[in-house]
Amino acid sequence: MTEEMIGKSVKRVKALEKVTGNATFVHDLEVQGMLHAKMKLSPHAHAKIVDIDTSKAERLPGVWSVLTGKDLPYKVGLYLVDKDILAVDKVRYQGEPVAAVAAETEEIASKAIELIEVEYEELEYVLDVKEAAKEDAPQVHEDLHELERAPVFFPKEGTNIAHHTKIRKGDIGQGFKEADYIIENEFELPMVDHTAMETHTSIAQWLPGKKVKIWSSAQSPFAVRNLLANGLRLSHQDIEVNVPYVGGGFGGKAGIHFEPLVTCLSRASEGRPVKIVMSRMEEFNSVPVRQGLYSKMKTGVTKDGDIVAQETEFLWDSGANADYGVNVTRAAATAGAGPYEIDNVKLDSKTVYTNKIFGTAYRGFGHLEILWAVERQMDLVADELGMSPYEFRMKNALRRGSETITGEHIGDSHGKITECLEAVAEEIDFDHRSSEDLGENEKRGKGIALLHKAPAMPTNTGTAAFLKFNENGTVDLTLSLVDYGQGTYTALAQIVADQLDMPLDKINVVWEQNTQMQPYDWQTVASKGLFMSGNATIKACQDMKQQLKEVAAQPLRASVDDLIIEDEKVKIRHHKDQYVTFEELAMGYTYPNGNGIGGPLVARGNYIAQGLSNIDPETGQGHPALDWTYGAHAVEVVVNEETGEFRVEKIASAFDLGKVINEKNVIGQIQGGVIQGYGSAVMEHYQFSDEGRLLTNTFTDYKVPTIADIPELKPIIIENAQEDGPYGARGVAEHPMISVPPAVANAVQDAVGIKLKELPVIPEKIFELLEENKNN
Amino acid sequence: MRTIELTVNGRVHRLDVKENDILLDVLRKKLNLTGAKEGCGEGECGACTVIMDGEAVTSCLILAVEADGTEIETIEGQSIGEEISDIQEAFIEENAIQCGFCTPGMVMTTKALLDENPNPSDEEIDIALSGNICRCTGYYSIRDAVKRAAEKKGGNK
Repeated sequence: MTEEMIGKSVKRVKALEKVTGNATFVHDLEVQGMLHAKMKLSPHAHAKIVDIDTSKAERLPGVWSVLTGKDLPYKVGLYLVDKDILAVDKVRYQGEPVAAVAAETEEIASKAIELIEVEYEELEYVLDVKEAAKEDAPQVHEDLHELERAPVFFPKEGTNIAHHTKIRKGDIGQGFKEADYIIENEFELPMVDHTAMETHTSIAQWLPGKKVKIWSSAQSPFAVRNLLANGLRLSHQDIEVNVPYVGGGFGGKAGIHFEPLVTCLSRASEGRPVKIVMSRMEEFNSVPVRQGLYSKMKTGVTKDGDIVAQETEFLWDSGANADYGVNVTRAAATAGAGPYEIDNVKLDSKTVYTNKIFGTAYRGFGHLEILWAVERQMDLVADELGMSPYEFRMKNALRRGSETITGEHIGDSHGKITECLEAVAEEIDFDHRSSEDLGENEKRGKGIALLHKAPAMPTNTGTAAFLKFNENGTVDLTLSLVDYGQGTYTALAQIVADQLDMPLDKINVVWEQNTQMQPYDWQTVASKGLFMSGNATIKACQDMKQQLKEVAAQPLRASVDDLIIEDEKVKIRHHKDQYVTFEELAMGYTYPNGNGIGGPLVARGNYIAQGLSNIDPETGQGHPALDWTYGAHAVEVVVNEETGEFRVEKIASAFDLGKVINEKNVIGQIQGGVIQGYGSAVMEHYQFSDEGRLLTNTFTDYKVPTIADIPELKPIIIENAQEDGPYGARGVAEHPMISVPPAVANAVQDAVGIKLKELPVIPEKIFELLEENKNN
Repeated sequence: MRTIELTVNGRVHRLDVKENDILLDVLRKKLNLTGAKEGCGEGECGACTVIMDGEAVTSCLILAVEADGTEIETIEGQSIGEEISDIQEAFIEENAIQCGFCTPGMVMTTKALLDENPNPSDEEIDIALSGNICRCTGYYSIRDAVKRAAEKKGGNK
């Protein structure tokens, strides 16, 4: 037997390629004859395009094509198809592309962009989400009711409401009657950026016969293909999408981005391949972000601390396009009460257009945003009750037998959030907090926050995997899930090694993705990668084992039932010295006289989400969750009562992830996610001028955590197996960043008694609230 | 156009460059050394870090003509085939790599640090690497990798 594979911290696959600079990203790719594209961006938040004069740009030597919105009568989108490739008739945010050029060099393309003259007539604009939600607000999409959309989304004609999810459970009026206290609060958080280190980069080549070849820094090759086929009215079969190494994604490279633009530029440039690379400033200005959120919460509790009713409104600041935002609105609503059992719930979650850069998926898919509100509210309610935030959460937390707000019952296969809470509270000794005075105006405080999230995906999401043997008995696994740093391929290699009882170094997970060669995967998003592709891989291994046995049964003169797989061999169960090796079977078994049987071994496995249903449009009842991953954070801070300065001294983070496949990679996910959440908590913030111009469009103005910023972190793994997960595993890719912000703010409240309701938590805000407290 | 001479990973190159060409583009486009990446183009993220005359520099802020006559080390010079440096080995062992885009810059900054200071404290590591952004790892494994590399090289004992 080979050594135990599952749970082992084997080295990350393709680490050698990455550490030597040999990993090739689209960023590094050049295709013979390649042109370079640049975009002309809108300087206005909302303006009518009166005229675009491209004649000077077209005459510049070295320019191959110039396109404007009028040349591109297509809209592209995943859920609500509301996005022009280049603005048509009007611009809806500062930074929106209005024209594009393909030229022989980047320099010529930039020069041509400068020569394009656009005449605008400025329109009334709306930047604030609450204003935008009003009936009389300037409308961002006048044609909202005519847009193509997935049937589970409901735009409201004549408004900026692109979608509204409703959750109704129990009797909200009765619930509030039973309450001894009713606590109301409002919370806000701003847009933030993914800042993947590789900016969005795509190459497209238009080929004869309406065919396209794409290379893109994309999370989901098949989503790019599908959306491009639908948008440009091409056959799926005629589009080849290649995804090599991708420099980070975090949701920002899900769906489709600049692939349609470069495709159209290539078509207009006689089929010369065209490459576009976002500059970091364009990445901030013109590439979608995480939506902002305004939340209003009203919670009814008994004096014993039972939550009996909760009414919530979420207004999602989706910016100028709501394509992905509508699904964040829906998915996050289904988790919108937090991980608590509440009998009476009324929740309204609305996607609202504003004249800003638009929102998209970002690690956590709405859950960091809603849990900022929910987990602050829980501390404010506990405070009102005079109860420990720990006891209050323990009392109301979802546990076996609880019913969620969409009517799902928590059973044995779910994780245990109470164990996560216990573990983190113990790690920082939460019982002994009571704002310890450290002298010199410094106070220590401790905070906790819970989190939960299920994959946000269509109910029929599917994936597949292929396995094939090579001549020497090594195995290739191919699938379309993309590993842009999560480590999923390493875990899948471990699964194949375990299933086929082979050494890890004989398994290769084929890295570069290609939609013509690899089987389908819906998208690499939602923390469903290991769960779904893991299950598909196990099925492919079972298929392979069956085939190995069927061929081996003949030379071994044994029935398939009497054969076992062990040590890269098929053996007779009770006569293990009689066997055939994988290598002998790989390309078909050959008898001593030359007769061949079997043939090159190829196996397949697929997996489709089981038992999921759409939620009811009026009540939100249904079964949207593949699996729930629970977690908790505990944070220790020191705050200066005079200046508002603070430092986070320690974070403890626990997740019930079912079963660890690779411990080191899991710890890496937790560390990376927590620090991304820490960025959201204490520094990251899109800021706009009154005219809607983005002020934070460089790393100088938009700060993300560096190595000098990170506090002590204790990751804690809890394993209560998921029955239908591979080896019991459930996803934990997004979860580490969720609820870091409220844990920090709760700790600050514990230290100095201020009630933070806006992100990020920065010294200025703490100082202002401290001053307010002094004056009251 | 100007002619410059660069010694890159021990190999001498004579190159015709424009006055406004930046070192990063010359390395990537003229010499096909694509290990150094452009993450921001303004010296804030460190993905383009190379070593110039012994010092870690963000090559997106260096004009090619400024680099005339210097010795440049890039990630491509850190390994020969399968044989990788102690630092690279430490990055793999500590799992200090996720997407891999920042990794070449991180390795080069680490090399410049350890060449100068074979036994750095946590604080010295943090100061040296604070100009290199990684959005994936949260930096803990990178800090551990630097320490492990120092140990391998004989420092940090």
